[in-house]
Amino acid sequence: MKQSATVVFESYSVNEGFARLCAAAFLAPFNPTVRELEDVKTAVSEAVTNAIVHGYPDRVGQIEMRLRASDKLVTVEIMDDGVGIDDVEAARRPFFTTCADGTRSGMGFLVMESFMDEVRVVSAPDEGTRVVMKKKLESKP
Amino acid sequence: MTRIKINGELDHHSAETVRKYLDRAILKSGDHDILLDLTELTFMDSSGVGVLLGRYKLFAARHLFLTGANEEIDRLIRLSGLYTVMPQWKEEAV
Repeated sequence: MKQSATVVFESYSVNEGFARLCAAAFLAPFNPTVRELEDVKTAVSEAVTNAIVHGYPDRVGQIEMRLRASDKLVTVEIMDDGVGIDDVEAARRPFFTTCADGTRSGMGFLVMESFMDEVRVVSAPDEGTRVVMKKKLESKP
Repeated sequence: MTRIKINGELDHHSAETVRKYLDRAILKSGDHDILLDLTELTFMDSSGVGVLLGRYKLFAARHLFLTGANEEIDRLIRLSGLYTVMPQWKEEAV
């Protein structure tokens, strides 16, 4: 079975939970393990939080989440039209953060990379950010 | 030792509420040792790590411990190295 879905929502923080629920509901028919499901939910939460906090620091904008899955692979794309990232390589470094108030851990990309099998980030200043994450699903009997 | 329970989901959306709740509860406690009980915490991402790390920095004069993290939250805590500053409390030792 192959399936895809696209969800578009505003960059309100309450939608972090909404995005996690959407991803979990989308993935459920593919019979993921509990760990696979939780890993995807956590990675989605990190990417959506990044879009809200860093993509749209001064305004509310739209975030698009595209989900694709087969029996063996799930792909999640999180896209925003926000301010973009100056230096993607630096942003992906563990514990890197642009927030000076000490409330951010700088672990977002580290978590995405640890909980998913592949993470790709495409971004440029004023051109938004696109995060593509893939996770292999365990073979079921 | 004072036990403080954190319930539900700890993400960027709930971070500020949880931060205020923890700060009030820790300030209210006269105990030096504080046990943060995550047994009823169903979800946490790196925003939660930021909240917990912030309490460690703010209450440097106290000893903060963690207990009850589910498997996924435990992996996140280990990834962050949080257990090195907020050690894992083994319940059987109580």
